[in-house]
Amino acid sequence: MTIPKERHVLVIFPHPDDEAFGVSGTITTHIQQGTPVTYACLTLGEMGRNLGNPPFATRESLPAIRKKELLASAEAMGLTDLRMMGLRDKTLEFEDDEKMVRMMEELIEETNPSLIITFYPDFAVHPDHEATARAVVRAVRRMEDRPKLHCVAFANNTLDVLGQPDIVYDIKDVREHKMNSMKAHISQTAWMLEEMEHKLQNGDTETENWLTLERFYTYRWDQDFE
Amino acid sequence: MELVEVNQLQAAIDSFAGKDVYLHLETTNGSYASHFNEGFFNAGAFIRNVVINFELGKVVGDSPHRVGLKLPQGWVYAQGITHFEIDEQGRLLLAGHDGSGKLAVALQLSETPFSY
Repeated sequence: MTIPKERHVLVIFPHPDDEAFGVSGTITTHIQQGTPVTYACLTLGEMGRNLGNPPFATRESLPAIRKKELLASAEAMGLTDLRMMGLRDKTLEFEDDEKMVRMMEELIEETNPSLIITFYPDFAVHPDHEATARAVVRAVRRMEDRPKLHCVAFANNTLDVLGQPDIVYDIKDVREHKMNSMKAHISQTAWMLEEMEHKLQNGDTETENWLTLERFYTYRWDQDFE
Repeated sequence: MELVEVNQLQAAIDSFAGKDVYLHLETTNGSYASHFNEGFFNAGAFIRNVVINFELGKVVGDSPHRVGLKLPQGWVYAQGITHFEIDEQGRLLLAGHDGSGKLAVALQLSETPFSY
């Protein structure tokens, strides 16, 4: 599938590095096609567990490190409109739900996107992913003229329930950008990248696919999550 | 952070005793624990910027250590502490990092509030 030109793409995820694994190739392609892309990252991943042993960071020094990494990832993708929304990692589901929806509505009103990318509610694994997905879906549901809503799903039961993703983009032309976006988040991705290199060297096709394809589910309004 | 040196850590804990101090206490298995290991019972707790005033604090045991704070009417403790640091703002940061470098527990004390 080729990636169509959009009016504006709005990407909403809770953690620095959420964009890297699932959508950095798609973001890069949109930018290279001249589509403006806004990435709203709700937290700085303050509660990340990878602090090293021996430690390279503390609970208190991690946010500044991850902020720098997020900026580096944006640069790797060519992204210029990065919004850091100032919430705290692992607390999103405990925020006032309506406040979360309003935050999404304001982003949508301002950027007027033709496409929004976020997680798929109930298939997003991490509580912050789920809270983000719920808020985005609720905000879009209330719109009269809804933009396209493409969702990333990776819960273990995704294939059983949702089936195959309806949107599969070949991003191998921007593979290096994707790799650089993932490498930008080195404090959190080092062990994963090491494992990935090992698998690639052994000709693991799943890992190769993961680097060259990005998959989305169009949100199913007829099977709304609530 | 450095590996816990018991005498140094004990002295640092003592320096916070009898004062109103801000507490950060956290235990975690990570939010992906039951994704990678289905059926895993994921539990943890998090407290940040609650003010306590403890009368006695102790670091006990071989690494990973246990650290307990006795309050006039209660207790705070953490187990699994491996590393410590007094940061540039004078805050006492204790953490337990597992063999793969992941934080499992943190206990931190500060005379000024921790960030948001």
